[in-house]
Amino acid sequence: MASTSERILEVRDLVKHFPLTQGIVVKRQIGAIKAVDGVSFDLHKGETLGVVGESGCGKSTLAKVLMALERPTSGSVTINGRDIAKARGNELKRMRRNIQMVMQDPYTSLNPRMTVGDIIGEPYEIHTEVAPKGDRRTKVQELLEVVGLNPDHINRYPHQFSGGQRQRIGIARGLALQPEIIVCDEPVSALDVSIQAQVINLLERLQNEFDLAYIFIAHDLSVVRHISDRVGVMYLGKFVELGKDTEIYDRPAHPYTQALLSAVPVPDPEGREQRERIILQGDPPSPANPPSGCRFRTRCWKAQEICAEEEPLLQIRPGTAHESACHFAETHDVVHVG
Amino acid sequence: MKKTSADVLPGLSEGGALGDHPLLAVDNLHVEFRTRAGIVRAVNGVNYTVNSGETLAVLGESGSGKSVTAQAIMGILDMPPAVIPKGEIRFKGTNLLQLSEEARTQVRGQRIAMIFQDALSALNPVFTVGWQISEMFRVHRGMSKADGLKKAVELMERVRIPAARQRVHDYPHQFSGGMRQRIMIAMSIALDPEVLIADEPTTALDVTVQAQIMELLAELQRESQMGLILITHDLGVVADVADKIAVMYAGRIVENAPVHDIYKAPAHPYTKGLLESIPRVDLKGHELYAIKGLPPNLLDLPTGCAFHPRCPYRQDDCVTDTPPLHEVSGTRSSACHYWREVLDGEHQ
Repeated sequence: MASTSERILEVRDLVKHFPLTQGIVVKRQIGAIKAVDGVSFDLHKGETLGVVGESGCGKSTLAKVLMALERPTSGSVTINGRDIAKARGNELKRMRRNIQMVMQDPYTSLNPRMTVGDIIGEPYEIHTEVAPKGDRRTKVQELLEVVGLNPDHINRYPHQFSGGQRQRIGIARGLALQPEIIVCDEPVSALDVSIQAQVINLLERLQNEFDLAYIFIAHDLSVVRHISDRVGVMYLGKFVELGKDTEIYDRPAHPYTQALLSAVPVPDPEGREQRERIILQGDPPSPANPPSGCRFRTRCWKAQEICAEEEPLLQIRPGTAHESACHFAETHDVVHVG
Repeated sequence: MKKTSADVLPGLSEGGALGDHPLLAVDNLHVEFRTRAGIVRAVNGVNYTVNSGETLAVLGESGSGKSVTAQAIMGILDMPPAVIPKGEIRFKGTNLLQLSEEARTQVRGQRIAMIFQDALSALNPVFTVGWQISEMFRVHRGMSKADGLKKAVELMERVRIPAARQRVHDYPHQFSGGMRQRIMIAMSIALDPEVLIADEPTTALDVTVQAQIMELLAELQRESQMGLILITHDLGVVADVADKIAVMYAGRIVENAPVHDIYKAPAHPYTKGLLESIPRVDLKGHELYAIKGLPPNLLDLPTGCAFHPRCPYRQDDCVTDTPPLHEVSGTRSSACHYWREVLDGEHQ
């Protein structure tokens, strides 16, 4: 379904480096944190692309660059044929209507001094053409109802709501301008298990109702599998593997994906002794000074000389049906027992 | 100056015979916090036991009382506002709650130790990690600074921190999250405790690091046959390592069972709801089952069974009668009037 429908977001060779400087009067650049270092993907209408990776791999920076909250060092983010990375002023404002964000922490991402009505209605202050002034209150109440909150609570403050309800407020704010794309940065990781399911179901229902496309960034691989049509696995600022959810989870080809998946605990004790676990040694290297060639080679059990010399490109490799960035890519199911 | 713990715990020699007593037993424990807003009933009758070499997982969401129970076992609750009106915590048959503060200090850290969730805030930022680990030996064993530091290096090697000899002089901020958690573990096992309480030890960590830490804990447990109490909300981690599970809701144990039984057929609607509400990495599910409603306010608990407002099996008596822990089989119990229906999988 995904590949046939309209392509609404096109990301090409996206790079975001944060300069490291030395000196107070005369600043010289002594290096750069390579947070995002060459990421390319497409997003289609109504599709969910999951982005997984460990902390520090650049997934939140990716979200910020997509939202044009950070300017990319190079590369392009094209939404419906126009590059948001180059847009300025009114054009940028217009484009931003189409891409909205749901933040991770429902406790700090809502202003405690604003009522829920003001928080959800704030996008209309900036984009006045979407809702004329007299219309806003009704619009906000509609949104509250859509996300499963009581429309009569429009004058309450964030502290009067629980974590799950607050996340619904954040989602309602994201929906206010009727965007086509919503970037969700760890939207459920701060919530309790029983509340997590409510919010995930809500996100899925909204996607069907409004034909939304999601970029769903999370570190919880089980949640990402549940919600995503396609998944990209990130390591040190790059995608190491990109494919359909079944391809990534049942037939992973990159050693990092295999290690990541094998480390996820499965909520079923049957066969736990037989389950394969690849325990990676050490921590990821610093993004200021990534290893030469393949960035994963320092922790990889397959590493050979070529891995240090030549950087493996993200492409379809022999014997696999989806893109992976490993010279020795080989599919291997690590999730299922036997 | 030094007393051995045998002096203050009569009848308890180091590593002595357990007799008929479990290593650690929590029996009908109640904890309340007397606050200005009213009495917060955080723990309302918790029972569990753990034996040597055994892993008990205490599963629950935030506010279920799992950490407060652990703090009561350790004796690190702030009292007041906390009050323990009822219950016993027996370590090898001795009720810890009746011991003097001096005697409890001997137990704390030496016989029962704890790992906290957030290693960065649990470690003191202005002392080196070596100093903090060796503090255990200086305070409890009366060792010199130099000997303590040697012990610290040994422990850091035991929890597999690379280049321990150099890194012993580093400060907590110079370590990564996983390494900090290893330092916490080193401190907790320093005095060879018999019970180790791990309160969400991997919640703040990435999955690959979580796997490293859980493996380390399992190895240490095998070596020393500690009883491990693992407090967590993660049903995946529990399935991986636990021998038995105690599920908590609103300060009570709602289900007690061996790990295989509970995942195969839960006997309490809350456990069942939790298991159905989590997405799984090995399956692509359909819509998730979501437990409706919110966890209860501990200031104002629902009457009868605290879960009844969210429960699909609710009958009239659930609103009025608090269900006792019914025995389901020899090894498991459930605090639900209708555990038979839940066990049979009849959905109402």
